[in-house]
Amino acid sequence: MDFGLSDEQKLLEQSLRRYLTESVPTARVRAIMATDTAYDAELWSDLAELGAVGVLVPEAHGGSGLSLLDAALVAQSLGFAAAPAPFLATGVLAPVALAAGTPAQQAEWLPRIATGEVVFAAALSEAVTKRGGAGLHAEADCITGSALFAIDTGAASTILVALGRDCIALVPHDAAGLTVTPLATIDRTRRFAALDFERVAADVAITAPGLVDRVLAAGRIAIAADTLGACERAIELAVAYAKQRVQFGRTIATFQAVKHLCAEMVAEIEPARSLLWIAAHAFDERPDEAAQLAAHAKAHLAEIGTAIVRTATEVHGGIGFTSEHDLHLWFKRVGLDRQLLGGPEIVRAEAAALHGW
Amino acid sequence: MDLSHGPEYEEFRATLRAFLEANRASAPRGGLGAAGGSNDPALREWQKLLIEHGYAARTIPKIYGGFGADPDILKRVILDEEFARAGVSAGVGGQGPEMLVPTLLEHGSEAQKKRWIEPTIRGEVVWCQGYSEPNAGSDLANVQTRAVEDGDDFVITGQKIWTTTAHLAQMMFGLFRSEPGESKHGGLSYLLIAMNTPGIEVRPLGTMTGRAEFNEVFFTNARVPKTSVVGKRGEGWKIANTTLKHERNMLASSGMLEAAFQRLIDLMKAERRDGRRAIDDPVLRDRLLRLEARVIAAKYHSLRMLTCSIKNEMPGAFGTPAGCAGLITKLSGCELSHQIAALAIDSLGELGVLYDGSKHLRAFGAWQFQYMFSLGLIIGGGTAQIQKNIIAERGLGMPREPRPGPPGAAA
Repeated sequence: MDFGLSDEQKLLEQSLRRYLTESVPTARVRAIMATDTAYDAELWSDLAELGAVGVLVPEAHGGSGLSLLDAALVAQSLGFAAAPAPFLATGVLAPVALAAGTPAQQAEWLPRIATGEVVFAAALSEAVTKRGGAGLHAEADCITGSALFAIDTGAASTILVALGRDCIALVPHDAAGLTVTPLATIDRTRRFAALDFERVAADVAITAPGLVDRVLAAGRIAIAADTLGACERAIELAVAYAKQRVQFGRTIATFQAVKHLCAEMVAEIEPARSLLWIAAHAFDERPDEAAQLAAHAKAHLAEIGTAIVRTATEVHGGIGFTSEHDLHLWFKRVGLDRQLLGGPEIVRAEAAALHGW
Repeated sequence: MDLSHGPEYEEFRATLRAFLEANRASAPRGGLGAAGGSNDPALREWQKLLIEHGYAARTIPKIYGGFGADPDILKRVILDEEFARAGVSAGVGGQGPEMLVPTLLEHGSEAQKKRWIEPTIRGEVVWCQGYSEPNAGSDLANVQTRAVEDGDDFVITGQKIWTTTAHLAQMMFGLFRSEPGESKHGGLSYLLIAMNTPGIEVRPLGTMTGRAEFNEVFFTNARVPKTSVVGKRGEGWKIANTTLKHERNMLASSGMLEAAFQRLIDLMKAERRDGRRAIDDPVLRDRLLRLEARVIAAKYHSLRMLTCSIKNEMPGAFGTPAGCAGLITKLSGCELSHQIAALAIDSLGELGVLYDGSKHLRAFGAWQFQYMFSLGLIIGGGTAQIQKNIIAERGLGMPREPRPGPPGAAA
């Protein structure tokens, strides 16, 4: 009986962190994010080889067959490194959707996820809130309308498109009638796009009751984990900087005003880590509580995450505000995570509704 | 991660639930305003029953009067959840059972354990903590109350302050300066003192809550035997730190937070304004949801810490946020307790400021009491600012502030 990571999970986290620290320093992050796709085939294939991309793919289909908590550890490690990789759509949303697919669909897609051959994007935002006149409708196997904020579109060959609450279509990125317009966002380590559908064929689809909500819950936990990793990095950078920056003849780490900012960040992040763990655990083990805990993890990490990256920037002072310093990579990543698949107020309202409040 | 509810746990929960249901009418209420001593005979009777069933003093060894079970975090969770749900007292708490007992288990002599643990967990002996002094607050090691050796005794002179429940207590544990000439931290001993010793005077200290939960305690040549020392002479600081660790956990108990949060939900469902329940107000409801995330986080954080302590593991590497996980419980838990009470008061609006048995008063004024008392807890047991220093210095390895030189030495 215990509440903590298993030895295997600690090992997974360590091996990923080691790889990312050694092979994906921020110089490489910056080089990849400057490309059109924010996608690096070598990095992606390394992640596949480490078992990260196929973490949720069952072993029978060539994956690691692990739990959502393991996937959250992958997302957290990628967030820690600000790594440009389409893990959210390909490593989390697609396998969770495909878990409800037909055996033929699973056999077609899952092995290619595990090897890193297929990269997914996901258009789910309209299942949370519709903005700017966006919205999709399907008629006679054709999709018409628009999706405003599709995820991981940089190098995707297939797009998961939510239709209603029970159906997700798999649409090729170059389908006839589909226009993909890349969006410029604050965070350049991942790519997003607006999609316009004009009678796009939707002949391949996964249908199951509550499918979209299940996929949203997994996505929200992965995003919360990404924020957790990003915050850990921001705190470590802030503490390290405070220990070496000298003002008034001593390191600023000796000043209580600076120490207290660092302590406050830590005091916020550590209970949040436990919240994330129980949310990820519940996704696999406590289906009745899963959606609600996912909403709580998403909202809470968003709230404390944005506060932490802001505080970490203040600890750095002017240097943290420059483009030359790396800190803004995490500031922007967390800022984007906060809004993705529902900002805090939206997901808290969902959690309340699930309570019947 | 293994939180699987096997049949053993389902049975444990079912038995506990039936027990609470059967005893609900006669059991003392729980949840709010749980401060105070255990001189209430009904509470002592209840505690006796709880220990017999393994619902209190659960992991205290049998030879010292406890139930003698192995630590089991899932059963701990089930206990917290079910007591919170039933709104029933979880038994005798406070400084004796929650701070002194674990300290004695770690550092006490066999004679001390045998003499004190059983009556303490049964609520027959109420303890108070003699730490703070007028000039030893945040700078606790600056304790000046002297314990002067005289034959087989120490003779104690000085003053303690902020002594919770001293007016109810039969015994005090505390820090006294027994080794003149030794260093500030090395000159202290941890003593157990009977409050009826001649030369001890207790004066209640009124607080903003309108009650007197605290006291000043004056010592004038109070004579206590040398056998009262826990551990060795001069080791008081080390032993006090063990107690403080347990105090930080007690003040931010996630079971208490869960119980208070449950009462908050009940309140917001019951209380109506313009015909609408407080919980249906989207702004208040959003605040409730924010707090719920924090209550869940606190609960599982405490399970994580319990798991680490059972496995004798560090929660993370020194200098990383995870490595500090054990140091943050008091800081975040006391704040959360304050915020829960604050939302209850805001949900009540003008009715939320009623007090002292007023007409229209809700929950006997417990929310206002809790709001003020929890501010006291944010300050007591090491202020929030001291907690932040501890996190930064012991957890993150940030250097201490340089000590100022002697007066007049600065350029």
